[in-house]
Amino acid sequence: MEFAVSAFEPKLVAFVCNWCTYAGADLTGTSRIKYAPNVRLIRLPCTGRIDFMLLLQAFGKGADGVIVSGCHPGDCHYTAGNFHARRRWTLFRRLLDFVGVDLRRVHFAWVSAAEGAKWAELVNDVKTKIQALGPYDAFPKRLDGRPQPAEVA
Amino acid sequence: MEALRQRARELLAAGTVQAVLGYAAGSEPDRARPCFVRTAAEADGLIWNEHCRQNLATYLQKPEVRALGRLALVARRSTLRALLQLAAENQLADGRVVALFVADDGAVTELPTLAAIEELVARLPRGLSDADRQELDRIAALPLGERQAYWAGEFARCIKCYACRAACPLCYCARCITEANQPQWIPVSSDPLGNLEWNIARAMHLAGRCVDCGSCSDACPEGIRLDLLNHVLAEEARTQFGAEPGYSVRKDYALASFKPDDKQEYIR
Amino acid sequence: MTEQRILSRQNLGPLFERLAADGRRILAPVRHGDRVGFERVTRPDEVALDYVQTRTSAKSAVFPPYEPLLQFALQGKDVQVAEPAPDAAPTVLFGVHPCDAASFATLEAVFTWDTPDLPFESKRANLTIIGLSCTQGDAYCFCTSVGGGPGDPRGSDILLTPIGATHFLAEILTERGQAVARLAGELLEPHRGNGKDAALAQIPPRFDARQLGAKLPALFNHPAAWQEQALRCLGCGACAFVCPTCSCFDITDERDRYHGVRLRCWDSCGLALFTLHASGHNPRTKQSERWRQRVMHKFAYQPERLGVLGCVGCGRCSRACPVDMNLAQHAQQLAETAV
Repeated sequence: MEFAVSAFEPKLVAFVCNWCTYAGADLTGTSRIKYAPNVRLIRLPCTGRIDFMLLLQAFGKGADGVIVSGCHPGDCHYTAGNFHARRRWTLFRRLLDFVGVDLRRVHFAWVSAAEGAKWAELVNDVKTKIQALGPYDAFPKRLDGRPQPAEVA
Repeated sequence: MEALRQRARELLAAGTVQAVLGYAAGSEPDRARPCFVRTAAEADGLIWNEHCRQNLATYLQKPEVRALGRLALVARRSTLRALLQLAAENQLADGRVVALFVADDGAVTELPTLAAIEELVARLPRGLSDADRQELDRIAALPLGERQAYWAGEFARCIKCYACRAACPLCYCARCITEANQPQWIPVSSDPLGNLEWNIARAMHLAGRCVDCGSCSDACPEGIRLDLLNHVLAEEARTQFGAEPGYSVRKDYALASFKPDDKQEYIR
Repeated sequence: MTEQRILSRQNLGPLFERLAADGRRILAPVRHGDRVGFERVTRPDEVALDYVQTRTSAKSAVFPPYEPLLQFALQGKDVQVAEPAPDAAPTVLFGVHPCDAASFATLEAVFTWDTPDLPFESKRANLTIIGLSCTQGDAYCFCTSVGGGPGDPRGSDILLTPIGATHFLAEILTERGQAVARLAGELLEPHRGNGKDAALAQIPPRFDARQLGAKLPALFNHPAAWQEQALRCLGCGACAFVCPTCSCFDITDERDRYHGVRLRCWDSCGLALFTLHASGHNPRTKQSERWRQRVMHKFAYQPERLGVLGCVGCGRCSRACPVDMNLAQHAQQLAETAV
């Protein structure tokens, strides 16, 4: 076993659809493809269900990077959920960029149930990029009564 | 101004409308306040100047105002657009409101139907004012870190009074997401995250619907330029999806429709 | 115990240094373009001394927009509850006008009438108020209608009144003021010359708040007094949130599965959900009822129950209102309305 000695292991949150990307990530595992363990998957029925607020919640709870992934256009289990999601993300990205949220920390992808390898590449790539960016301290964090880093130290 | 008063008197005298919703003189010369004119004599109090800014379409959803009966509404371009957008969202029945559009030269046009509003608004110049355009471009051109710092500083002054929401003609939800608490989406407190999430959510829920009236910013007691968030989204919705909210009563909400070839170069 | 001294403007710098050396932070009005707000400062040249009114009030110094009341954590089957350490930093509120200084009496009446409110009291106990008399007012100011005035010393520990361009008359009014005076030492020079009246702004009274308060209960069901005024009210919370005496709050838990914090956040009677019951019933369904509550609370209920007026005449609500709901104007109308 190798243990990479790194100062910073980013926390990634991936919002994925049930029908394509979640199955794709499952295939990554059953294919025994190794990829960065930094990602926490959150499975939702469809990318159409992925409210932009979920992304903000992830950052507010300490995510350093967020991935959103679902079925390729035309493959949506519900026919058009991903088409609607795509429009929403296009606008949301513009707003995030305008208010100074770092778009290098928000990644969108289409990963089908057959693309286990693509999922591994995606996560590894995002992890490497966020690792280079460091922790996302500029994003305000949720007040939830957790000890603040200063109190822990 | 006299043309406006005269038209209001006529509408009230003929019984066409039960009230004229317009502007009256405010506390100071640089202010105007919405007023509800119900008799021909009260029409003398109507004024029209550059301070008449609050979008009066906002009042149409209020039960107390609905109870007044059929209304005439003193309107600017953005008021007309708000009426059309409300109609497109099934919030305004045709004929419930007579719009009294006041042109820059003070000429008053009576618009009794949504079709008449559509026809007139199509002929009006479009786009942001030069000052809004410059401010928007200035902020968009800042480096990421400065942009982040600028908005963090602005949002830090937000006290969550929700005047922006109350002043908006298109924020008419009976229960707003910011008050949903099972589950809770947006923190109640005006802490940095609560303020960021509220202001992003407000702008996103108006994306492709906002008619660029600026009432949100005008209402903000701290003078935060919230309207810029809406303008940015309106511009993106227009360039990407051809969204032109408030120009037609047709339902064509950009986020409730799609094209298979919509932009996606940022998706891998 | 009032003592009158003279403070030269040049001596503000040394005074600020001595306050800082004593471990006190200084909050003062700072100008940004056309906006003035209370901020932490270290030097007098940061302070706006010629402002008419800040957008939001000084109440944040003792009653911030949000503050933690307690923290809790689930550990095994136990719930650990901890009260956050009180914010007890000694603070000097410098340059507040007499209306804001007077507002603290109303806040104290609310927060200390029954169970001591520790988050409030810990901050109030450490607050020294150096007021600044008004040499100018605007159309929204109405302190003289509610028992105050541009040179009213009530609420201030020290009240400064500009005398000419170079000096202040310093009235040392309380024990806390004396403590600052001792720190200031020779910076406060013996008083020579006239009183402050000539320097003060002229704010003509528009109504008598005590008389209005006595009359208001009879106007409660007046058919026109409230509905007409409230028709244009949008139902936001701007008036309450900029108000120096509005003290209503909402208590909310921010939490995840294992940790949480209980927060107190500003709330407003103008918001439709303010009185919504869990059952779905809302005793104030109309905006006119909410506006009436706001006026009654300030001018009738608080004087009756707590012995203090709920309004200091700062005019912020009227400046902030998006639709120009002018409180002083409406109070004047009510005062003139026949019962």
